Amino acid sequence: MKTTKKLFVSCEEAQSICDKNQYGEASIFEKIKLNIRLLYCKVTRAYSKKNAKLTKTMNASNIQTISPSEKEAMKKKIQKELSK
Amino acid sequence: MSTNSIDPNVWVDKYSDYLFNYTIVRVDDKEIAQDLVQETFFAGLKSMKNFKGEASERTWLISILKRKIIDHYRKINSNKGKAEVRMNYSSDSETEGDWLEERVADPFDGNADHDIENEELGLAIHNCLGKLPEKQALIFKLKTIQGFDTEAICNEFDITASNLWVIIHRARTAMAECLEKNWF
Repeated sequence: MKTTKKLFVSCEEAQSICDKNQYGEASIFEKIKLNIRLLYCKVTRAYSKKNAKLTKTMNASNIQTISPSEKEAMKKKIQKELSK
Repeated sequence: MSTNSIDPNVWVDKYSDYLFNYTIVRVDDKEIAQDLVQETFFAGLKSMKNFKGEASERTWLISILKRKIIDHYRKINSNKGKAEVRMNYSSDSETEGDWLEERVADPFDGNADHDIENEELGLAIHNCLGKLPEKQALIFKLKTIQGFDTEAICNEFDITASNLWVIIHRARTAMAECLEKNWF
């Protein structure tokens, strides 16, 4: 009984594991749990597919952002300019 | 009558990433792109009086940025004219004897279609990010685009790991939905 409880996770938990997995932060045991859920849960399967697609798109876009520290510096410069 | 107002204090938070992405596909250099964005903000501050409010703040900033990018290319072009073109194929002894093939441009690299598509996708992603609540967008960006550690973000925002994953989950769901509508 105990092992089945451990192996079968709720849909929410499965989705959370799936999120972690997108960043390579799910443990092996979590991955096993996710895969078991994927076998029989349509909702998780759909979510997992969508999630992977998003990750793929984000990686393909080669998108870049300015780092927070640089942004702070920019803000300060603008403030300085404004107060002139 | 102005329909759009202007507020320089929120520029960096709201537009810097969008402008940065717009620039980086055009100049292909992080540092230069960042400088151009900064210059755009300054130029925007100077000509704030001329903002009529007909366009949105972002469109207005983009139009300034376009001028800045053109200016940038003018500047480097005039430098180029002065410089001597020097081909030093085998000047350093280490690479001597290497095959020429290695130096030929890769035909699969720098495909124009691919670049254009990437740019549009980048802007679409920034548009979607702009629709998320501020904190969600910020954390999602740190985690997904800049690849910060979970722990580092948790410390920065003073939240627990499970909190972080809930925020990421909401952001991902919203992003997937938004991109589904606007991109796929």
